[in-house]
Amino acid sequence: MSDSHPIIPGSGITGASDAYNIEGRETPETRPLIPLGQRYYAEEKPRMGFFTDTTVCIGCKACEVACKEWNNVPDVIGELTGQSYDNTSSLGANTWRHVAFIEQRKPIKMQQEAGLMTPGSEEDGEFRWLMSSDVCKHCTEAPCLDVCPTGSLFRTEFGTVVVQEDICNGCGYCVPACPFGVLDRRQEDGRVWKCTLCYDRQKDGLEPACAQACPTDSIQFGPLDELREKANGRLEMLHEAGVDDARLYGANEEEYGMGAFFLLLDDPEVYGLPPDPEVVTRKFKSLWGAAAVAAGALVAGVAAAFAGGAR
Amino acid sequence: MGSNMAENHPVGFQWVVEARLRGAKIIHVDPRFTRTSAMSNLHVPLRAGTDIAFLGGIVNYILENDRYFRDYVVHYTNAPVIVSEEYADTEDLDGLFSGYDPESRSYDASTWQYVGTTVSGAAGQREMGGITGEQAHYAQAGELGHGGEPPEMDRTLEHPRCVFQILKKHYSRYTPEMVEEICGTPKELFLQVAEALCENSGREKTSAFCYAVGWTQHTVGVQYIRTAAIIQLLLGNIGRPGGGILALRGHASIQGSTDIPTLYNILPGYLPMPHAHQHQNLEMYVERNSAKSGYWGNMKAYMVSLLKAYWGGAATAENDFCFDYLPRLTGDHSIYPALMGMIDGWCKGFFVMGENPAVGAANGKLQRLALANLDWLIVRDFSEIESASFWYDSPEIETGELKTEEIGTEVFFMPAAAHTEKNGSFTNTQRLLQWHFRAVEPQGDCRSELWFMYHLGRKVREKLANSTDPKDRAILDLNWDYPIEEESEFEEPDAEAVLREIGGWDENNEPLPSYLPIKADGSTTCGCWIYAGVYADEVNQAARKKPYWEQGGNWVAPEWAWAWPMNRRIIYNRASADPEGRPWSERKKYIWWDEEQGQWTGYDVPDISPTKRPDYEPEAGAVAEDAIRGDKPFIMQADGRGWIFVPAGLTDGPLPTHYEPHESPFENALYGQQSNPVREVYPRPENPYNPSDGDPGARVFPYVFTTYRLTEHHTAGGMTRTVGHLSELQPEMFCEVSPELAKERGLENDGWATIITSRTAIEARVLVTDRVVPMKVQGRVVHQVGLPYHWGSKGIVTGDSANDLLGLTLDPNVHIGEYKAATCDIRPGRRPRGPALVRLVEDYRRRAESHNGGG
Amino acid sequence: MSIRDFIPEWSVPRQIKGADRWALGPAAQSRHQAQLTPRTKKADRVVKSVCPYCAVGCGQRIFVENEKITQIEGDPASPISRGRLCPKGSATRSLVQSPMREYKVKYRRPYGTEWEELSLDEAMDMIADRVIKTREETWEDEDEEGCHLHRTLGFAHLGGATLDNEENYLIKKFFTAMGAIQIENQARI
Repeated sequence: MSDSHPIIPGSGITGASDAYNIEGRETPETRPLIPLGQRYYAEEKPRMGFFTDTTVCIGCKACEVACKEWNNVPDVIGELTGQSYDNTSSLGANTWRHVAFIEQRKPIKMQQEAGLMTPGSEEDGEFRWLMSSDVCKHCTEAPCLDVCPTGSLFRTEFGTVVVQEDICNGCGYCVPACPFGVLDRRQEDGRVWKCTLCYDRQKDGLEPACAQACPTDSIQFGPLDELREKANGRLEMLHEAGVDDARLYGANEEEYGMGAFFLLLDDPEVYGLPPDPEVVTRKFKSLWGAAAVAAGALVAGVAAAFAGGAR
Repeated sequence: MGSNMAENHPVGFQWVVEARLRGAKIIHVDPRFTRTSAMSNLHVPLRAGTDIAFLGGIVNYILENDRYFRDYVVHYTNAPVIVSEEYADTEDLDGLFSGYDPESRSYDASTWQYVGTTVSGAAGQREMGGITGEQAHYAQAGELGHGGEPPEMDRTLEHPRCVFQILKKHYSRYTPEMVEEICGTPKELFLQVAEALCENSGREKTSAFCYAVGWTQHTVGVQYIRTAAIIQLLLGNIGRPGGGILALRGHASIQGSTDIPTLYNILPGYLPMPHAHQHQNLEMYVERNSAKSGYWGNMKAYMVSLLKAYWGGAATAENDFCFDYLPRLTGDHSIYPALMGMIDGWCKGFFVMGENPAVGAANGKLQRLALANLDWLIVRDFSEIESASFWYDSPEIETGELKTEEIGTEVFFMPAAAHTEKNGSFTNTQRLLQWHFRAVEPQGDCRSELWFMYHLGRKVREKLANSTDPKDRAILDLNWDYPIEEESEFEEPDAEAVLREIGGWDENNEPLPSYLPIKADGSTTCGCWIYAGVYADEVNQAARKKPYWEQGGNWVAPEWAWAWPMNRRIIYNRASADPEGRPWSERKKYIWWDEEQGQWTGYDVPDISPTKRPDYEPEAGAVAEDAIRGDKPFIMQADGRGWIFVPAGLTDGPLPTHYEPHESPFENALYGQQSNPVREVYPRPENPYNPSDGDPGARVFPYVFTTYRLTEHHTAGGMTRTVGHLSELQPEMFCEVSPELAKERGLENDGWATIITSRTAIEARVLVTDRVVPMKVQGRVVHQVGLPYHWGSKGIVTGDSANDLLGLTLDPNVHIGEYKAATCDIRPGRRPRGPALVRLVEDYRRRAESHNGGG
Repeated sequence: MSIRDFIPEWSVPRQIKGADRWALGPAAQSRHQAQLTPRTKKADRVVKSVCPYCAVGCGQRIFVENEKITQIEGDPASPISRGRLCPKGSATRSLVQSPMREYKVKYRRPYGTEWEELSLDEAMDMIADRVIKTREETWEDEDEEGCHLHRTLGFAHLGGATLDNEENYLIKKFFTAMGAIQIENQARI
């Protein structure tokens, strides 16, 4: 048992629990692409990313806090939102990890193996409380990167997408380009801030702060191909256990490849994620068109997130 | 049950999640659907304050269906022991046990004894000062029959007066139907829980209970935990890996502050504080408080060594080791009577160190009135908490009940050093002492409590140095010469030197390797006997930080920090092997007898003398651990058996019994006796109670409320409302209600509500949520209101305090208040301001005819 | 087709150097970003500690640079926590560096309406005087039946669950020697 927790001593990387048991599972169809910008670095490194397994997220928000502590992100004291236990509302310049809380009553077939239900009356269906930590997707084809006129946004050697605060001039072109509503200008300085996948920590072989803190390993960090393999193993486990609703989001390069992908228990829009994100710059020549679509996707996503929520 | 582990112990919960991924079944039994419920295989709702009915139902299920672990039960518990003929059960007396005296509202426990002997309570018969009466004090403690066994037993478990049969009768009416009737839990769900527990127990499997203050904060709190103990003993889940009843404690060193107590009734290592008696000396104290057999047979050695640690050279055999320097108890001197003493004027001074009673304790107004009537108050904390600022910003100032210029309390606010600014050890919830090293020096006037106490003591001793008053001898003779850190700019005492004294030393000043060599002749010194060995080999064992992956594959990781006692990670682990010393199963093996080596071996330090054979039988006249048989794991008990039935040591009965909370909208469906008959009440004008069921006024407060914590905050908020990154996550006080209650009372999500009890009214934002489920109890629907209690007047985020709503009623064994179940009313909108608030509450009290006492 | 096709000048110098023709990767990277290191790497020392909030007892590592704490995070070596921390534990640096922390003694005289300043030494002296006086005034040598009491109910203590064992030991030891018995903590809640 003691040997089952691979460790990179001192790095903070504790590895994932072997409870995921991924041995022998081949999943070539979801192998991640190496994004364009990453290829030009002298030293070749694997593409790194996040796998967020929402089935073990306890909604503690350690990710939000650890992120802010490490990256010195300012707090924003607001009022109670009335939206379950979510008081930071969405990703933004001051929230680079955001935990969504979805209170849901709908007919769900008995799936106690997934550990996510309480019995309800026959007419109402069962109740469940979904929690999920959202983050920048570090897309394979990142529209924000494409539209950035200053070169502030760039692709790192780890395949992640980072805003350089020393270059960003606050033009805001990237904001509407993002299909997930991640990019956002900070009011105080006008610049755009978002998850860097702890670029500075990664440079020293450290895990990003959120993944290091995550108590239940809901947020896992590592080489993307390993994470995808692990995620497929977990998905298979859940399907075998009868949790048919379980699905991966952002793990398929043919649809929309993400460096940060998710295991969900319902449609993406329930979690505030666009069901069918698109690389807007690929489809539209006009920035203004991109802005409209991205904004529309964002609104639809958020509205859906609360549709099943507080009643 | 009684805990919300995912929210309040998230990092500990990683092991629960991992267990779930490996196939373990996680069940959360709780009035609310919390983040823990969301992670469980099953959430089972029940009405707050009814856990004994639920757990008693499980006991009944186990017994009715013969699901108990027979070998374990017969050999390791007191199930076969025959109880006194005079014993009468709650089944005979409609909710009372034999020995009840209605006048003094207390029990005489003599009829609860084993036949033919009297045994003392485990942790020394704590003298209860007029509660249990003298019979307990003069018990001829622990005279067992031949071979270390109680004199009369029936191993077939069929004798009508054996514990097993008494148990069976006691819980015979706790049927699944009754559970549904009392708890509101659907019968089918209850049965799923009972069956899951039985299925996952036995030789091959174990089950664990995790609880927290959801169990302790009741007028029958101790008995809540006792009921779980009975289940775990019946199922063989104690002393084995994956088993147990695990207390999830809420503060970094709340376990440590119980072991090395800042508690009135005990001394370090659970030695009882002495009570006042005629001509009491050390010998009489030991006789009254300990059994001859079991580990408490060594009480004198532990006590003498403590007195040596306190008074050093002044403590000699001739002067009874300064036993008379110890102050004497005459009753309940817990914080609650002391508060009443502050209001009444006899308690004049108050030190508050790292606690915030103005927000964190029940009946906040009473707490603050007490603070406002002191001569002097010292508050030590990181920031100016409400207990320091009450004189200008408490709710009572707002209502006009208190006026700043009329408050005579002299207040000293002393800024405290944080854990990053001092050396020291915390004892965590699993008894691990973990050392934290100072990272930086404290700034300004910030100081550790170590510094504060040491220098306060030094100053007091200097001021009294020339005193000839005999009462000052205890202060002047005190061993108070702690070394000062060499580089310290402000004379910080050396925390390791204090830890060394706690761990103790022998006549050659060599640190004690464990508690085994502790002697009663004054040759050993030990500040806390259960911590003996923490400084073994002159090494701070609590500071061991060897990574777990470097511990040779032992998953117990014994070289990380140090657990009391003797670095033992699972106590009573003798029970992990069968009576012959073989593991119950390969899967669950932990420690076992190795015949070849002639000793116990395994993954942990055995909780039995390493060479005591499984077939060891004590000879006549054997004492202490030598009087315990080799096949008996529960070495702290006089008979070495786990106590299903408690013949001595509890004030409110030998078996847990369902009583309604002090304030309840329902009558007790099982007995004529409504609530715990010996619960502690404080009928005073500052502490009015809501009427309970049966009283027409009860309808004025028709709802049940319960208080709790959120992940994002900590207790009374002193360590989180000052932190922006946490405050923004839960910025406002709120209440949680079901959509049904919202409809009934016109409450709107995101709106405001006012919650009212006889004590006061508070306001909160409203969360309408399906996570709160109305319960059907005794044919009626009862709504529950959930209230986190983190807010007060200070901090980045502020709000009303939920604890202000609670009255003070206490568990009679441990004097913990009933924080988890009380009644209230709720209405939409914000509360009135100023004197109008007082009028609102007065109006409610008048309508309810709130009274001081209760049935 | 990206906007960089139209406004490529800004990163031209860097683009020329490598194959990153569209300045998506290294060519766009500023010197600052290229030389980025985690601030923990610059720490003068890493101190092993324990989380001060609940009783799980998660291991913490405190990074100190120029006698200032620059980061507190989980200790992977701990078999209890395996490097993880909850939101409170993750906020520990903000706790100990909170702008609301007090660094000076504050004194409120009886019936006073304001806080006043007081030196630490003077405060300690005044507290010692008050404890001695209250003890003197409320001392009970024996009860009416002559039983030895040797105590005072004149003052009480509350708190300890957030403190160190060593601190609790001194609290109990000294107050017991003074004859005080109302020594209590959070365990009663």
